[in-house]
Amino acid sequence: MSDARLKRVALAIGAPALALIIAFAITSLVLILAGDSVIGVWQQILSVPDVRGVTNILNAATVYYLSAVAVAIGFRMSLFNIGVDGQYRIASFVAAIVAGEAWLPGYLNTLLALVAAVLVGALWAGIAGLLRVTRGVSEVISTIMLNAIATAVVAYLLRKAAVDAEGSNITATKDIPEGSWIPGFSLGSDAPNDVYGVIVVAVVVGFVYWLVINRTRFGFDLRATGASESAAIASGIDVKRMVLVSMLLSGAVAGLVGMPILFGDAHNYGSTFQSGLGFAGIAIALLGRNHPVGIALGALLFAFLDEQANPLQILLDVSPDIVKITQGVIVLTVVIAYEVVRRYGVRLEQRLVASALADDDTDDKGAEVKV
Amino acid sequence: MGPSPCFVVHDPLEPAEKHTDVTTTTRADDIVVRLRDIGKNFPGVIANHDVNIDVAKGTVHAIVGENGAGKSTLMKTLYGVQKPDSGTIEIHGRTVTLSSPADAINAGVGMVFQHFMLADNLTVLENVVLGAEKLHGIGAGARKEITRLSDAYGLAIDPDVLVEELGVGSRQRIEILKVLYRGASIIILDEPTAVLVPQEVDELFANLRDLKAEGLAVIFISHKLDEVLSVADTVTVIRRGTTVDTVEADSVDSRRLAEMMVGAELPSPSTESSTVTDDVALEIRDLRLEAAGRELCADINLTIHRGEILGIAGVEGNGQAELVESIMGMRSGVTGSVVLGGRDMAGSSTRERRDSGIGYIPEDRHRHGLLLDSPLWENRILGHQTTGDAGRRIFIDRARAREETQAIVEKYDVRTPGIDTLARALSGGNQQKLIIGREMSGDPVLLIAAHPTRGVDVGAQAAIWGHIKQARRDGLAVLLISADLDELIGLSDTIEVILRGRLVGTFDPATVTPEQLGTAMTGAGDAA
Repeated sequence: MSDARLKRVALAIGAPALALIIAFAITSLVLILAGDSVIGVWQQILSVPDVRGVTNILNAATVYYLSAVAVAIGFRMSLFNIGVDGQYRIASFVAAIVAGEAWLPGYLNTLLALVAAVLVGALWAGIAGLLRVTRGVSEVISTIMLNAIATAVVAYLLRKAAVDAEGSNITATKDIPEGSWIPGFSLGSDAPNDVYGVIVVAVVVGFVYWLVINRTRFGFDLRATGASESAAIASGIDVKRMVLVSMLLSGAVAGLVGMPILFGDAHNYGSTFQSGLGFAGIAIALLGRNHPVGIALGALLFAFLDEQANPLQILLDVSPDIVKITQGVIVLTVVIAYEVVRRYGVRLEQRLVASALADDDTDDKGAEVKV
Repeated sequence: MGPSPCFVVHDPLEPAEKHTDVTTTTRADDIVVRLRDIGKNFPGVIANHDVNIDVAKGTVHAIVGENGAGKSTLMKTLYGVQKPDSGTIEIHGRTVTLSSPADAINAGVGMVFQHFMLADNLTVLENVVLGAEKLHGIGAGARKEITRLSDAYGLAIDPDVLVEELGVGSRQRIEILKVLYRGASIIILDEPTAVLVPQEVDELFANLRDLKAEGLAVIFISHKLDEVLSVADTVTVIRRGTTVDTVEADSVDSRRLAEMMVGAELPSPSTESSTVTDDVALEIRDLRLEAAGRELCADINLTIHRGEILGIAGVEGNGQAELVESIMGMRSGVTGSVVLGGRDMAGSSTRERRDSGIGYIPEDRHRHGLLLDSPLWENRILGHQTTGDAGRRIFIDRARAREETQAIVEKYDVRTPGIDTLARALSGGNQQKLIIGREMSGDPVLLIAAHPTRGVDVGAQAAIWGHIKQARRDGLAVLLISADLDELIGLSDTIEVILRGRLVGTFDPATVTPEQLGTAMTGAGDAA
């Protein structure tokens, strides 16, 4: 049995590795077709990043990680929360306002803003959950709509809440007082930049996610609902309640996505606040198979590719967007590879059962009939 | 039926001058299907090996065996769905390679599946010609051929009625006609009686006798041994992927056949002395279920005492599933009272009902009973998140759940390499044994068993019957829903018949006959 388990683990690692190689091959093909230097591009992308680069990768990965965990919570019960993007933007905006107003001193202010972000993210996702539970509206549709609405609402309110910065055409909320920033840490004395302090929050979120999903009764109910809604109903799980609760949780984590940037870098919410993180989260959650460690690896990979591609324009006159192709293809190949491996795993399992039964049969013929 | 013309008109492969008399004695040149040493390896399912079968024309040849014994693998091989790894298939004396069902049809082999493949909104004619338009066109020629076949084989089919207006028996005859229309002289019927009530079974058997009288060969796959004996001329028994023996039907009885199938003595489902007490475990009063303006159950009144098995008989789709789901609290729109052990459960959630002591063996174990892609020990928790010791607190006690699963696997003889095996990998009978073990482990007051032995092999069936009888002896109230009348009669203390969502009659299993039940189930008694 442990042999089979070992095989399963090997497959689980082998599949994404193979997918990665295929994705690199396809990217190379695109480069060749476009007449760009294949070797030059890979030399740059696969080079060892410096301290500054490593810091950037960790920071970007922190943000990706939170986004992917938010998506993964939904995935674990077959809910497709496409709305993480809108949820984190509206949550970051509200958190920026709260922190900027500084009603409370120092870190109490930070804490209040974080709570506000979590609540707003949960509420925004909760709208989709409520619509699904009461009216049967697909959460895919409603979260896409809510993304658009979030964009509009934030743009509208930002104009009202913005403070005019001298000599700048950037619209942004009031800066967070320095006493409420979350300090980072540097990776060495010569590092020019800091790793976000919120990375600790991301690690905690990842651990709690694992603990709740895999070890608690609530997590069991959630996974059971995701695996088979009909079986969940028959087992006594209130599926509607689960849909609503997991949407709220997914939104709550989505609310945290913008926090590393807000408290570690930007210190306000402006029109240049990073967008599109929610969609990257979907890809990374798929890549990491909704597993907390897998998601972390996926987030690091995506952040690594982003960071390493940055100088391509200057060095080789190749658009850094080439890695977007790589990232996209990785997601596709990985999904296919996982499905192939899953089917193979089931067959392997069935063969094991068959052989175990055949062994059984030789030593106790006809023992099936004993009443 | 009538004198037997000895050649098959619509079979181009059959030489017309070949004369045979249709009797049970077979000569070598009567053999239309000859399977020799067929082997098929498959990961996960029991493979076929050394399968040898001779089917003679003008006979009904039954193939019996437990579920998973390899019948369907064999039939797929004969119908061209899959190629055998070894061995030869001879049809009408020629060695053939069947790579697709089209090849099989061209060779004269047709198959009628258990689940009909008919378009409800088309007429019989349209359904029959669909995909075979080249044979006789789609108009008068086709109608003439259908009428001719219908008359020749006594199928009584009107080509111009809509299929949606027809009952199950007629639909099955259309499927047979479809196969004949395509020129088959060898017809495979896969569990044809599973969907029929007793009267329809008789009609089907009359049709089969007509078919063989016309010189066709019918291969009849079934579990139901009494039926096999009443219609078949020859019976081949398959066990663990290989043919055990072929016998003349009039030389064996069903007990002997069953013993050949399981390779051991067969237990009967008959109930021992009554254990019924005066203690009411479940009382249902005026239960009514309405959904989307349609009344699915009404005026349901029943009482089950501790130590009593109440059987519900009925043709599928008459409200059994809805009744069970109403009792389980899985439906909205239920009125009336469900009192379990003196406590009215009206308005309670499914989880509250389970916690109050209802064990539930669902009708569709894949949809309602298991998480197929989860390991067995996680499946042990399902439905017992709050009742079992494993899940009483916030955290799931995995060690405990694993221990309990191991205990269930041992006590209920679940054949599995281990408790980390995915539920999907187990055979139907072993999945069901796991479910029963799980539901019994919660010390229920009431056990609802919906079709507990459906799709499980004879060995597991016997074990499951044993567990239900044990539950009764232990003082549980059991609500048994089944389509297998022998099972109902053998296990129940009382039988209620359900028809169109209402209970229409109470029978004593000691005196009732399958025919009486069949009449009540179809409502034939009302018309008289």
